[in-house]
Amino acid sequence: MSTKDMMPNFDLFQPSDMGNAIDLLDQYGADAWPLAGGQDSLDWFKDRIKRPVAVIDLAGIPGMTGINETANGIEIGALTTLTEIAQSLLIRDNYGVLAEAASRVASPQIRNIGTIGGNICQDVRCWYYRSGVDCYRAGGNTCYADTPEGLNREHCLFEADRCVAVSPSDTAPALVALDATMLIQNSDGIREVAAEDFFIGPDVDIERVTVLEPGDILTSIRIPSTWAGANYYFEKVADRATWDFALVNIASVLRMQGNTITDLRVVCGGVQCTPRRLNGVEDIVRGSNRDAETIELASSAAARGATVLNYNGFKIPLMENLVKRAIRDS
Amino acid sequence: MRPQNQSRRNFIKGIIASGAVVSTGGLMFVSGCSETTTTPAPGSVERLISLNINGTIRRVDVLPNETLAQTLRNKLGLTGTKIGCDRGECGACSVLIDGVPNNSCSMLSHRVTGKNITTIEGIASPAGELHPVQRAMIEELAPQCGFCTPGQVISSVALLNNNPNPSREEARQALAGNLCRCGAYDHYLNAVLRAAEEIA
Repeated sequence: MSTKDMMPNFDLFQPSDMGNAIDLLDQYGADAWPLAGGQDSLDWFKDRIKRPVAVIDLAGIPGMTGINETANGIEIGALTTLTEIAQSLLIRDNYGVLAEAASRVASPQIRNIGTIGGNICQDVRCWYYRSGVDCYRAGGNTCYADTPEGLNREHCLFEADRCVAVSPSDTAPALVALDATMLIQNSDGIREVAAEDFFIGPDVDIERVTVLEPGDILTSIRIPSTWAGANYYFEKVADRATWDFALVNIASVLRMQGNTITDLRVVCGGVQCTPRRLNGVEDIVRGSNRDAETIELASSAAARGATVLNYNGFKIPLMENLVKRAIRDS
Repeated sequence: MRPQNQSRRNFIKGIIASGAVVSTGGLMFVSGCSETTTTPAPGSVERLISLNINGTIRRVDVLPNETLAQTLRNKLGLTGTKIGCDRGECGACSVLIDGVPNNSCSMLSHRVTGKNITTIEGIASPAGELHPVQRAMIEELAPQCGFCTPGQVISSVALLNNNPNPSREEARQALAGNLCRCGAYDHYLNAVLRAAEEIA
Protein backbone atom coordinates (compact mmCIF):
# COMPACT_ATOMS: atom_id res chain seq x y z
CA MET A 1 0.00 0.00 0.00
CA SER A 2 2.75 2.36 0.96
CA THR A 3 4.27 4.31 -1.91
CA LYS A 4 7.32 6.53 -1.71
CA ASP A 5 7.00 8.45 -4.95
CA MET A 6 5.55 11.89 -5.46
CA MET A 7 2.13 12.87 -4.28
CA PRO A 8 -0.28 13.63 -7.12
CA ASN A 9 -0.09 17.21 -8.34
CA PHE A 10 -1.94 20.04 -6.66
CA ASP A 11 -1.61 23.79 -6.58
CA LEU A 12 -0.27 25.07 -3.28
CA PHE A 13 -1.37 28.44 -1.94
CA GLN A 14 0.21 30.15 1.05
CA PRO A 15 -2.12 33.07 1.83
CA SER A 16 -0.83 35.63 4.30
CA ASP A 17 -4.22 36.77 5.57
CA MET A 18 -7.57 35.23 6.47
CA GLY A 19 -9.55 37.05 3.77
CA ASN A 20 -7.34 35.69 1.03
CA ALA A 21 -7.59 32.15 2.45
CA ILE A 22 -11.38 32.29 2.57
CA ASP A 23 -11.54 33.65 -0.99
CA LEU A 24 -9.45 30.69 -2.15
CA LEU A 25 -11.61 28.21 -0.26
CA ASP A 26 -14.73 29.70 -1.85
CA GLN A 27 -13.15 29.76 -5.30
CA TYR A 28 -12.23 26.05 -5.23
CA GLY A 29 -15.14 24.79 -3.10
CA ALA A 30 -15.01 21.04 -2.57
CA ASP A 31 -11.72 20.85 -4.53
CA ALA A 32 -9.91 22.90 -1.87
CA TRP A 33 -8.08 21.35 1.07
CA PRO A 34 -7.11 23.60 3.99
CA LEU A 35 -3.76 22.46 5.41
CA ALA A 36 -2.85 22.90 9.08
CA GLY A 37 0.02 20.74 10.36
CA GLY A 38 -0.32 18.36 7.42
CA GLN A 39 0.43 15.22 9.45
CA ASP A 40 -2.79 13.53 8.34
CA SER A 41 -3.43 15.49 5.13
CA LEU A 42 -0.24 14.41 3.36
CA ASP A 43 -1.01 10.73 4.07
CA TRP A 44 -4.36 11.11 2.31
CA PHE A 45 -2.62 12.65 -0.71
CA LYS A 46 0.21 10.08 -0.78
CA ASP A 47 -2.32 7.25 -0.71
CA ARG A 48 -4.21 8.96 -3.55
CA ILE A 49 -7.49 8.65 -1.66
CA LYS A 50 -8.12 12.40 -1.51
CA ARG A 51 -7.14 14.37 -4.63
CA PRO A 52 -7.60 18.09 -3.95
CA VAL A 53 -6.96 20.57 -6.78
CA ALA A 54 -5.82 23.34 -4.44
CA VAL A 55 -4.12 22.95 -1.07
CA ILE A 56 -4.38 26.06 1.06
CA ASP A 57 -1.65 26.28 3.67
CA LEU A 58 -3.07 28.16 6.67
CA ALA A 59 0.27 28.46 8.51
CA GLY A 60 1.03 31.95 7.17
CA ILE A 61 -2.17 33.54 8.48
CA PRO A 62 -1.39 35.72 11.49
CA GLY A 63 -3.31 35.25 14.72
CA MET A 64 -4.04 31.54 14.31
CA THR A 65 -1.48 30.35 16.85
CA GLY A 66 -0.95 30.93 20.53
CA ILE A 67 -2.69 30.58 23.85
CA ASN A 68 -4.24 33.70 25.33
CA GLU A 69 -5.99 34.42 28.60
CA THR A 70 -9.40 36.04 28.14
CA ALA A 71 -11.88 37.58 30.59
CA ASN A 72 -13.62 34.23 30.92
CA GLY A 73 -11.05 31.52 30.33
CA ILE A 74 -8.58 31.02 27.51
CA GLU A 75 -8.53 31.10 23.72
CA ILE A 76 -6.28 28.73 21.76
CA GLY A 77 -5.46 29.43 18.11
CA ALA A 78 -6.44 26.46 15.95
CA LEU A 79 -2.88 26.17 14.57
CA THR A 80 -1.25 25.98 18.00
CA THR A 81 0.88 22.85 18.07
CA LEU A 82 0.12 19.98 20.42
CA THR A 83 3.60 20.37 21.96
CA GLU A 84 2.86 24.01 22.84
CA ILE A 85 -0.42 22.97 24.48
CA ALA A 86 1.17 20.10 26.39
CA GLN A 87 3.92 22.41 27.70
CA SER A 88 1.90 25.58 28.33
CA LEU A 89 1.95 26.43 32.03
CA LEU A 90 -1.35 28.25 31.67
CA ILE A 91 -3.03 25.09 30.37
CA ARG A 92 -1.20 22.68 32.66
CA ASP A 93 -2.13 24.67 35.75
CA ASN A 94 -5.78 25.27 34.88
CA TYR A 95 -6.89 22.75 32.27
CA GLY A 96 -4.58 19.84 32.99
CA VAL A 97 -6.86 17.35 31.26
CA LEU A 98 -6.19 19.07 27.92
CA ALA A 99 -2.41 19.30 28.48
CA GLU A 100 -2.30 15.61 29.31
CA ALA A 101 -4.43 14.66 26.31
CA ALA A 102 -2.21 16.71 23.98
CA SER A 103 0.92 15.08 25.39
CA ARG A 104 -0.44 11.62 24.55
CA VAL A 105 -1.10 12.28 20.86
CA ALA A 106 1.06 10.37 18.37
CA SER A 107 4.84 10.91 18.63
CA PRO A 108 7.06 13.87 19.64
CA GLN A 109 7.79 14.73 15.99
CA ILE A 110 4.09 14.79 15.11
CA ARG A 111 3.15 16.83 18.19
CA ASN A 112 5.84 19.36 17.24
CA ILE A 113 4.00 20.28 14.04
CA GLY A 114 0.53 18.74 14.43
CA THR A 115 -2.07 21.27 15.55
CA ILE A 116 -4.98 21.16 17.96
CA GLY A 117 -7.32 22.17 15.11
CA GLY A 118 -6.03 19.36 12.91
CA ASN A 119 -6.24 16.87 15.74
CA ILE A 120 -9.93 17.49 16.35
CA CYS A 121 -10.88 17.82 12.65
CA GLN A 122 -9.08 14.68 11.43
CA ASP A 123 -11.16 12.12 9.64
CA VAL A 124 -11.90 8.66 11.06
CA ARG A 125 -9.17 6.01 10.99
CA CYS A 126 -11.24 3.08 9.66
CA TRP A 127 -8.75 1.29 7.39
CA TYR A 128 -11.40 0.18 4.93
CA TYR A 129 -12.38 3.82 4.41
CA ARG A 130 -8.73 4.93 4.35
CA SER A 131 -7.80 2.35 1.73
CA GLY A 132 -10.14 4.05 -0.71
CA VAL A 133 -12.99 1.53 -0.92
CA ASP A 134 -16.49 2.71 -1.83
CA CYS A 135 -17.92 2.49 1.67
CA TYR A 136 -20.85 4.57 2.93
CA ARG A 137 -18.52 7.30 4.22
CA ALA A 138 -16.84 7.49 0.82
CA GLY A 139 -20.19 7.88 -0.95
CA GLY A 140 -20.86 4.17 -1.60
CA ASN A 141 -23.47 1.83 -0.16
CA THR A 142 -21.55 -0.76 1.89
CA CYS A 143 -19.78 -0.91 5.22
CA TYR A 144 -16.83 -3.28 5.01
CA ALA A 145 -16.08 -3.21 8.73
CA ASP A 146 -19.54 -4.31 9.88
CA THR A 147 -19.64 -7.68 8.10
CA PRO A 148 -19.13 -11.21 9.45
CA GLU A 149 -15.52 -11.16 8.26
CA GLY A 150 -14.89 -7.44 8.82
CA LEU A 151 -11.97 -6.53 11.07
CA ASN A 152 -13.67 -4.20 13.50
CA ARG A 153 -11.66 -4.46 16.70
CA GLU A 154 -11.18 -0.66 16.72
CA HIS A 155 -14.71 0.25 15.69
CA CYS A 156 -17.66 1.69 17.56
CA LEU A 157 -20.00 0.60 20.34
CA PHE A 158 -22.56 3.40 20.08
CA GLU A 159 -24.66 5.35 17.59
CA ALA A 160 -23.64 3.39 14.51
CA ASP A 161 -25.57 4.43 11.43
CA ARG A 162 -24.32 2.47 8.41
CA CYS A 163 -20.75 3.59 9.30
CA VAL A 164 -19.11 2.10 12.43
CA ALA A 165 -15.93 4.23 12.55
CA VAL A 166 -14.91 6.06 15.74
CA SER A 167 -13.58 9.48 16.72
CA PRO A 168 -9.78 9.04 16.83
CA SER A 169 -8.82 12.25 18.63
CA ASP A 170 -7.28 12.41 22.11
CA THR A 171 -7.87 16.13 22.59
CA ALA A 172 -11.52 16.12 21.45
CA PRO A 173 -12.85 14.33 24.59
CA ALA A 174 -10.87 16.77 26.75
CA LEU A 175 -12.37 19.76 24.93
CA VAL A 176 -15.90 18.38 25.28
CA ALA A 177 -15.29 17.76 28.99
CA LEU A 178 -14.10 21.36 29.41
CA ASP A 179 -17.23 22.78 27.68
CA ALA A 180 -15.07 24.35 24.96
CA THR A 181 -16.50 26.24 21.99
CA MET A 182 -15.15 26.44 18.45
CA LEU A 183 -14.87 29.65 16.43
CA ILE A 184 -15.51 29.04 12.75
CA GLN A 185 -14.99 31.67 10.06
CA ASN A 186 -16.22 31.77 6.47
CA SER A 187 -17.18 34.44 3.96
CA ASP A 188 -20.43 35.11 5.86
CA GLY A 189 -18.63 35.86 9.12
CA ILE A 190 -17.76 34.12 12.36
CA ARG A 191 -19.90 31.65 14.29
CA GLU A 192 -19.33 29.94 17.62
CA VAL A 193 -20.25 26.28 18.08
CA ALA A 194 -20.17 24.27 21.31
CA ALA A 195 -17.72 21.35 21.24
CA GLU A 196 -20.54 18.87 21.77
CA ASP A 197 -22.32 20.17 18.65
CA PHE A 198 -19.10 20.56 16.63
CA PHE A 199 -18.65 16.81 16.20
CA ILE A 200 -21.35 15.10 14.16
CA GLY A 201 -22.18 11.45 13.68
CA PRO A 202 -23.07 9.52 10.52
CA ASP A 203 -26.79 10.03 11.25
CA VAL A 204 -26.31 13.77 10.62
CA ASP A 205 -23.85 13.56 7.72
CA ILE A 206 -22.01 10.38 6.91
CA GLU A 207 -19.29 12.10 4.87
CA ARG A 208 -18.14 14.54 7.57
CA VAL A 209 -17.06 14.23 11.20
CA THR A 210 -17.48 17.90 12.14
CA VAL A 211 -19.91 20.68 11.26
CA LEU A 212 -17.19 22.27 9.07
CA GLU A 213 -18.30 22.65 5.46
CA PRO A 214 -16.28 23.63 2.38
CA GLY A 215 -15.29 27.28 2.87
CA ASP A 216 -15.17 27.08 6.67
CA ILE A 217 -11.99 27.58 8.70
CA LEU A 218 -11.75 26.62 12.36
CA THR A 219 -9.86 29.64 13.71
CA SER A 220 -9.72 29.15 17.46
CA ILE A 221 -10.99 27.24 20.45
CA ARG A 222 -12.36 28.94 23.55
CA ILE A 223 -12.30 27.23 26.92
CA PRO A 224 -14.43 28.87 29.62
CA SER A 225 -13.10 29.02 33.17
CA THR A 226 -15.96 26.77 34.38
CA TRP A 227 -13.57 23.86 34.97
CA ALA A 228 -10.35 25.81 35.62
CA GLY A 229 -8.34 24.11 38.34
CA ALA A 230 -10.85 21.24 38.70
CA ASN A 231 -9.76 17.67 39.49
CA TYR A 232 -9.15 15.82 36.26
CA TYR A 233 -8.31 12.43 34.82
CA PHE A 234 -7.10 11.46 31.36
CA GLU A 235 -6.11 8.02 30.16
CA LYS A 236 -5.51 6.63 26.72
CA VAL A 237 -5.44 2.88 26.11
CA ALA A 238 -3.73 1.93 22.86
CA ASP A 239 -1.84 -1.06 21.51
CA ARG A 240 1.41 0.91 21.39
CA ALA A 241 2.51 3.51 23.92
CA THR A 242 3.52 5.92 21.16
CA TRP A 243 2.11 6.99 17.79
CA ASP A 244 -0.92 4.72 18.03
CA PHE A 245 -4.53 5.87 18.17
CA ALA A 246 -6.65 5.17 21.21
CA LEU A 247 -8.71 2.00 21.49
CA VAL A 248 -10.59 3.90 24.18
CA ASN A 249 -9.61 7.12 25.91
CA ILE A 250 -11.29 8.99 28.73
CA ALA A 251 -11.23 12.62 29.80
CA SER A 252 -12.98 13.75 32.94
CA VAL A 253 -13.14 16.78 35.19
CA LEU A 254 -14.89 16.93 38.54
CA ARG A 255 -15.42 19.27 41.47
CA MET A 256 -15.63 18.11 45.07
CA GLN A 257 -16.98 19.60 48.26
CA GLY A 258 -15.69 17.58 51.18
CA ASN A 259 -16.19 14.03 50.00
CA THR A 260 -19.16 14.90 47.79
CA ILE A 261 -18.80 15.17 44.03
CA THR A 262 -20.77 18.30 43.21
CA ASP A 263 -20.40 18.24 39.43
CA LEU A 264 -18.47 16.40 36.75
CA ARG A 265 -18.00 15.69 33.06
CA VAL A 266 -16.95 12.29 31.71
CA VAL A 267 -16.20 11.87 28.01
CA CYS A 268 -14.89 8.84 26.10
CA GLY A 269 -13.20 8.75 22.71
CA GLY A 270 -12.79 5.72 20.47
CA VAL A 271 -16.25 4.30 21.15
CA GLN A 272 -18.49 6.34 18.85
CA CYS A 273 -18.11 8.54 15.78
CA THR A 274 -18.08 11.58 18.07
CA PRO A 275 -16.58 11.98 21.55
CA ARG A 276 -19.18 10.29 23.79
CA ARG A 277 -20.30 12.23 26.82
CA LEU A 278 -21.35 9.73 29.50
CA ASN A 279 -24.46 11.51 30.77
CA GLY A 280 -25.66 8.39 32.59
CA VAL A 281 -22.47 8.20 34.62
CA GLU A 282 -22.58 11.92 35.38
CA ASP A 283 -26.18 11.70 36.63
CA ILE A 284 -25.36 8.81 38.94
CA VAL A 285 -22.26 10.40 40.39
CA ARG A 286 -23.38 14.03 40.71
CA GLY A 287 -24.21 14.78 44.34
CA SER A 288 -22.90 11.44 45.62
CA ASN A 289 -20.01 10.72 47.93
CA ARG A 290 -16.84 9.48 46.34
CA ASP A 291 -16.91 5.92 47.68
CA ALA A 292 -16.76 2.36 46.45
CA GLU A 293 -20.52 2.17 45.93
CA THR A 294 -20.69 5.28 43.72
CA ILE A 295 -17.69 4.14 41.72
CA GLU A 296 -19.22 0.71 41.19
CA LEU A 297 -22.56 2.18 40.09
CA ALA A 298 -20.85 4.63 37.73
CA SER A 299 -18.78 1.86 36.22
CA SER A 300 -21.80 -0.36 35.60
CA ALA A 301 -23.50 2.49 33.73
CA ALA A 302 -20.47 3.36 31.59
CA ALA A 303 -21.20 1.20 28.57
CA ARG A 304 -24.97 0.95 28.91
CA GLY A 305 -26.63 0.77 25.50
CA ALA A 306 -23.54 -0.50 23.70
CA THR A 307 -23.93 -2.66 20.60
CA VAL A 308 -20.85 -4.78 20.04
CA LEU A 309 -19.46 -5.82 16.68
CA ASN A 310 -17.61 -9.10 16.15
CA TYR A 311 -14.26 -8.09 17.59
CA ASN A 312 -14.73 -5.03 19.77
CA GLY A 313 -16.50 -6.48 22.83
CA PHE A 314 -13.35 -5.86 24.90
CA LYS A 315 -14.12 -2.15 24.76
CA ILE A 316 -17.01 -2.59 27.23
CA PRO A 317 -14.91 -3.68 30.25
CA LEU A 318 -12.29 -1.19 29.09
CA MET A 319 -14.80 1.67 29.32
CA GLU A 320 -16.13 0.42 32.65
CA ASN A 321 -12.67 0.28 34.19
CA LEU A 322 -11.65 3.64 32.77
CA VAL A 323 -14.75 5.22 34.29
CA LYS A 324 -13.90 3.57 37.60
CA ARG A 325 -10.42 5.07 37.54
CA ALA A 326 -11.67 8.47 36.37
CA ILE A 327 -14.07 8.81 39.29
CA ARG A 328 -11.67 7.30 41.82
CA ASP A 329 -8.44 9.05 40.79
CA SER A 330 -9.37 12.49 39.43
CA MET B 1 29.53 1.09 -14.97
CA ARG B 2 30.85 3.23 -12.19
CA PRO B 3 34.46 4.34 -12.19
CA GLN B 4 36.87 2.29 -10.15
CA ASN B 5 38.01 3.36 -6.68
CA GLN B 6 34.80 5.21 -5.97
CA SER B 7 32.38 4.14 -3.27
CA ARG B 8 28.81 3.41 -4.25
CA ARG B 9 27.59 6.16 -1.94
CA ASN B 10 29.85 8.82 -3.47
CA PHE B 11 28.96 7.64 -6.94
CA ILE B 12 25.24 8.09 -6.28
CA LYS B 13 25.82 11.44 -4.61
CA GLY B 14 27.89 12.54 -7.61
CA ILE B 15 25.10 11.66 -9.99
CA ILE B 16 22.63 13.65 -7.93
CA ALA B 17 24.93 16.66 -7.58
CA SER B 18 25.78 16.63 -11.30
CA GLY B 19 22.34 17.94 -12.12
CA ALA B 20 21.23 14.95 -14.13
CA VAL B 21 18.52 14.36 -11.58
CA VAL B 22 18.26 17.86 -10.15
CA SER B 23 15.78 19.04 -12.70
CA THR B 24 12.20 18.32 -11.82
CA GLY B 25 11.68 16.48 -15.08
CA GLY B 26 14.02 13.75 -13.97
CA LEU B 27 12.22 13.27 -10.69
CA MET B 28 8.82 13.17 -12.27
CA PHE B 29 10.05 10.60 -14.73
CA VAL B 30 11.05 8.43 -11.82
CA SER B 31 7.64 8.82 -10.26
CA GLY B 32 5.80 8.02 -13.46
CA CYS B 33 3.55 11.09 -13.28
CA SER B 34 2.72 12.75 -16.55
CA GLU B 35 0.95 15.86 -15.35
CA THR B 36 3.99 18.14 -15.10
CA THR B 37 2.98 20.22 -18.06
CA THR B 38 -0.03 21.76 -16.32
CA THR B 39 0.59 25.40 -15.58
CA PRO B 40 0.34 26.43 -11.94
CA ALA B 41 -2.69 28.47 -10.94
CA PRO B 42 -2.10 32.22 -10.54
CA GLY B 43 -1.24 33.12 -6.97
CA SER B 44 0.06 29.67 -6.11
CA VAL B 45 3.62 29.19 -4.85
CA GLU B 46 6.84 29.82 -6.80
CA ARG B 47 8.85 26.74 -7.59
CA LEU B 48 12.28 28.29 -7.11
CA ILE B 49 12.78 28.69 -3.37
CA SER B 50 15.66 29.20 -0.91
CA LEU B 51 16.18 26.81 1.97
CA ASN B 52 18.56 27.43 4.85
CA ILE B 53 20.11 24.02 5.37
CA ASN B 54 22.93 23.41 7.83
CA GLY B 55 23.76 27.12 7.78
CA THR B 56 23.95 27.39 3.99
CA ILE B 57 21.33 28.99 1.75
CA ARG B 58 20.47 26.56 -1.05
CA ARG B 59 18.40 27.64 -4.07
CA VAL B 60 16.33 24.74 -5.31
CA ASP B 61 13.52 24.02 -7.73
CA VAL B 62 10.74 22.46 -5.67
CA LEU B 63 7.32 21.21 -6.72
CA PRO B 64 4.31 22.26 -4.63
CA ASN B 65 3.61 18.61 -3.80
CA GLU B 66 7.15 17.77 -2.76
CA THR B 67 8.16 16.82 0.78
CA LEU B 68 11.28 18.09 2.50
CA ALA B 69 12.65 14.54 2.64
CA GLN B 70 12.40 14.30 -1.16
CA THR B 71 14.02 17.70 -1.67
CA LEU B 72 16.89 16.88 0.68
CA ARG B 73 17.61 13.47 -0.80
CA ASN B 74 16.75 13.85 -4.47
CA LYS B 75 17.56 17.48 -5.17
CA LEU B 76 20.25 18.43 -2.69
CA GLY B 77 22.15 15.15 -2.34
CA LEU B 78 21.71 15.11 1.44
CA THR B 79 21.05 11.38 1.57
CA GLY B 80 21.84 11.00 5.28
CA THR B 81 18.15 11.68 5.93
CA LYS B 82 16.41 8.33 5.42
CA ILE B 83 12.87 7.73 4.21
CA GLY B 84 11.49 4.75 6.12
CA CYS B 85 7.71 4.65 6.06
CA ASP B 86 7.06 8.00 4.31
CA ARG B 87 4.00 8.33 6.58
CA GLY B 88 5.35 10.01 9.72
CA GLU B 89 5.31 6.73 11.63
CA CYS B 90 8.97 5.76 11.97
CA GLY B 91 11.01 8.96 12.48
CA ALA B 92 13.90 7.87 10.22
CA CYS B 93 13.52 11.10 8.24
CA SER B 94 13.73 13.38 11.31
CA VAL B 95 15.42 16.75 10.83
CA LEU B 96 15.62 19.80 13.08
CA ILE B 97 13.50 22.75 12.00
CA ASP B 98 14.43 25.78 14.10
CA GLY B 99 15.88 23.29 16.59
CA VAL B 100 12.74 21.16 16.85
CA PRO B 101 12.61 17.57 15.51
CA ASN B 102 10.10 17.05 12.71
CA ASN B 103 9.44 14.26 10.23
CA SER B 104 10.71 15.63 6.92
CA CYS B 105 8.56 13.12 5.00
CA SER B 106 5.44 14.81 6.36
CA MET B 107 6.49 18.38 5.65
CA LEU B 108 6.01 20.21 2.36
CA SER B 109 9.29 21.85 1.38
CA HIS B 110 7.45 25.13 0.85
CA ARG B 111 6.52 25.14 4.55
CA VAL B 112 10.14 25.55 5.68
CA THR B 113 11.37 28.53 3.67
CA GLY B 114 12.88 31.01 6.10
CA LYS B 115 13.49 28.36 8.76
CA ASN B 116 16.81 26.90 9.92
CA ILE B 117 16.96 23.28 8.85
CA THR B 118 19.57 20.97 10.36
CA THR B 119 19.98 17.54 8.81
CA ILE B 120 22.18 14.71 10.04
CA GLU B 121 24.94 16.12 7.80
CA GLY B 122 24.94 19.29 9.91
CA ILE B 123 25.30 17.57 13.29
CA ALA B 124 29.04 16.84 13.13
CA SER B 125 31.38 19.86 13.16
CA PRO B 126 32.38 21.28 9.75
CA ALA B 127 35.82 19.76 10.30
CA GLY B 128 34.17 16.36 10.52
CA GLU B 129 34.43 15.85 14.28
CA LEU B 130 31.49 13.78 15.45
CA HIS B 131 28.92 15.19 17.87
CA PRO B 132 29.13 13.68 21.39
CA VAL B 133 25.80 11.94 20.70
CA GLN B 134 27.24 10.28 17.61
CA ARG B 135 30.39 9.20 19.46
CA ALA B 136 28.31 7.80 22.32
CA MET B 137 26.12 5.84 19.91
CA ILE B 138 29.19 4.23 18.37
CA GLU B 139 30.55 3.42 21.85
CA GLU B 140 27.27 1.86 22.91
CA LEU B 141 26.88 -0.15 19.67
CA ALA B 142 23.53 1.56 19.15
CA PRO B 143 23.37 1.34 15.35
CA GLN B 144 22.68 -2.22 14.28
CA CYS B 145 21.52 -1.96 10.68
CA GLY B 146 21.89 1.81 11.03
CA PHE B 147 18.85 2.88 9.06
CA CYS B 148 17.08 4.60 11.96
CA THR B 149 20.31 6.09 13.35
CA PRO B 150 20.17 9.52 11.65
CA GLY B 151 16.71 10.05 13.12
CA GLN B 152 17.79 8.81 16.55
CA VAL B 153 20.74 11.24 16.49
CA ILE B 154 18.47 14.15 15.55
CA SER B 155 15.98 13.41 18.36
CA SER B 156 18.80 12.93 20.87
CA VAL B 157 20.58 16.15 19.93
CA ALA B 158 17.32 18.09 20.22
CA LEU B 159 16.68 16.57 23.65
CA LEU B 160 20.16 17.40 24.98
CA ASN B 161 19.96 20.97 23.63
CA ASN B 162 16.82 21.54 25.71
CA ASN B 163 17.60 19.28 28.66
CA PRO B 164 21.32 18.59 29.09
CA ASN B 165 20.74 16.18 31.95
CA PRO B 166 17.74 13.99 31.08
CA SER B 167 16.54 10.99 33.05
CA ARG B 168 16.29 7.67 31.25
CA GLU B 169 12.51 8.08 31.16
CA GLU B 170 12.79 11.57 29.64
CA ALA B 171 15.15 10.19 27.01
CA ARG B 172 12.69 7.39 26.32
CA GLN B 173 9.90 9.92 25.78
CA ALA B 174 12.07 12.10 23.53
CA LEU B 175 13.05 9.14 21.34
CA ALA B 176 9.55 7.63 21.31
CA GLY B 177 8.94 8.81 17.75
CA ASN B 178 11.92 6.91 16.34
CA LEU B 179 11.25 3.30 15.46
CA CYS B 180 14.20 0.86 15.54
CA ARG B 181 13.35 -2.42 13.86
CA CYS B 182 16.55 -4.03 15.17
CA GLY B 183 15.24 -3.31 18.65
CA ALA B 184 18.37 -1.53 19.92
CA TYR B 185 16.33 0.93 21.96
CA ASP B 186 18.26 0.35 25.19
CA HIS B 187 21.53 0.95 23.38
CA TYR B 188 20.23 4.29 22.11
CA LEU B 189 19.09 5.26 25.60
CA ASN B 190 22.48 4.27 27.03
CA ALA B 191 24.10 6.45 24.38
CA VAL B 192 21.94 9.49 25.19
CA LEU B 193 22.85 9.25 28.87
CA ARG B 194 26.52 8.71 28.05
CA ALA B 195 26.52 11.74 25.74
CA ALA B 196 24.82 13.82 28.45
CA GLU B 197 27.61 12.93 30.87
CA GLU B 198 30.22 13.79 28.28
CA ILE B 199 28.70 17.18 27.47
CA ALA B 200 28.29 18.09 31.15
